Amino acid sequence: MTTATYAGHDVEVDGEGFLEDPSEWTREMATEIARDAGIETLSAEHWKVVDFMRAQYAEKGTGPTVRVLGKTSGVSIKELYELFPKGPAKTAARIAGIPKPRGCI
Amino acid sequence: MANRIVVLGGGTGGTLVANRLRRRLGRAEAEIVVVDEDDRHVYQPGLLFVPFGLAHVDDLVRPRHAQLHTGVDLVERAVESVDLAAREVRLAGGTVLAYDVLVVATGAVLQPEETDGLTGPGWMERVFTFYDPAGAAALADAIAAFERGRIVVSVVDMPIKCPVAPLEFCFLADWYLRRRKIRDAVDLVFVTPLDGAFTKPVCNHELSGLLREKGVEVVTEFSTGTVDGPGGRLVSYDGREVAFDLAVVVPLHGGAKYVERSPGLGDELGFVTVDEHTLQSRSHPEVFAIGDAAGIPTSKAGSVAHFAGEVLVENVVHVLAGAEPTASFDGHTNCFIESGFDKALLIDFNYETEPLRGHFPSVVGLPLLRESRLNHLGKLAFEWLYWHVLLPGHDIPGVGAAMPERGKSFPERGRARERVR
Repeated sequence: MTTATYAGHDVEVDGEGFLEDPSEWTREMATEIARDAGIETLSAEHWKVVDFMRAQYAEKGTGPTVRVLGKTSGVSIKELYELFPKGPAKTAARIAGIPKPRGCI
Repeated sequence: MANRIVVLGGGTGGTLVANRLRRRLGRAEAEIVVVDEDDRHVYQPGLLFVPFGLAHVDDLVRPRHAQLHTGVDLVERAVESVDLAAREVRLAGGTVLAYDVLVVATGAVLQPEETDGLTGPGWMERVFTFYDPAGAAALADAIAAFERGRIVVSVVDMPIKCPVAPLEFCFLADWYLRRRKIRDAVDLVFVTPLDGAFTKPVCNHELSGLLREKGVEVVTEFSTGTVDGPGGRLVSYDGREVAFDLAVVVPLHGGAKYVERSPGLGDELGFVTVDEHTLQSRSHPEVFAIGDAAGIPTSKAGSVAHFAGEVLVENVVHVLAGAEPTASFDGHTNCFIESGFDKALLIDFNYETEPLRGHFPSVVGLPLLRESRLNHLGKLAFEWLYWHVLLPGHDIPGVGAAMPERGKSFPERGRARERVR
């Protein structure tokens, strides 16, 4: 476990940069986490996905996979990859401050 | 009047649950009805062997009704929808079946049409799946005629039935091509949306090593967006390409179609939302799900249905008696992984414990997470157990529903040492 500083706050992150405690997250942090994840500015479309991820996490305790995002977020899988080229579910979850979506086993 | 238990699906989970319930409850207590659209029960683990001529589809199929105990009725109809509020199942043709308890066991269905190009030109010519009987049989002919080039084994996205089957396919393909003395003329490539061969670290390490040893190239984090049959390439959503001469694709999976037509029953992918421990619906206590149909964080595998069966039956009996469900499923999963050359590995795990080394079911037993001939014999013997022990709803001697900790090497306890009690 390591410590990262986002928006002036020290937060614990795991080896892949996911926040250990989703409740520490703020919208200001999201902008800086996005930069760390290779996304310079978060557009309204990015935010739509990030907010959706947080809502789903609050409701179900886990973030959606890309496939479920494509079916339910109102953003197609193709567009999701344009927004988050390095993997939409993983990157959007990291920016949203929630744990890495539980891959199916 | 007797309660009516309706079981949707006469596959692995539905059959073993109906049979266990029949033995547990007298006829005056419960009527048990199984609904399925046909009378063909496929031994699905056998499909893996069909492309290599090691099994034939006809030998893998038996009538569903013959697997059900006397006193279990089979209704051969497709399901139209479930009305949760009215506690009724609507069948094709207009029949309505009221239930006191509903068990959803209709498994997972393949959705190849959901991937761009997959069922287009080239489908069943140079692009196949071995996940259904017709595909497995057609692939057998294509592989027998294959002389040189690139065979690409691709998983489009999770969840899939038996997540180790695509790896087993690679191992068996390596064995098969060597036996035909054309291995040098063929590139074998495994393409996965995951970041490794398997999601759990210890097992991933072992299986990645095996793939390397056998010369199978691995492409990770590849989300297949398009299958271009005529062009012989897979294209990922992020624009990468993998060329193939022969593609073996595991298509997207979802729940049975009627789940989507039944408001409140399933999740976005059509799997039925139930508590991962009690297997009971959170919103409708008289509704349960088992096997691949259940939206719980396990592998979609027959062993899960078997281990969960005991728990589910216990909880159905509680609910019929007006009590709370008390039996709890631990996510126990047990899979043989065929690795070619008459060897196999065995993995055993649950929600909490990843696949570890050691022995199963106890300190003396089959070696875990290691290739051995004994495991291969175990895999072959399993077919007999499936028809004669699992489906009739019997326990396997020495193997309980809960995952055994005995015999496993837990890494966190200092030196890895097998737990003896």
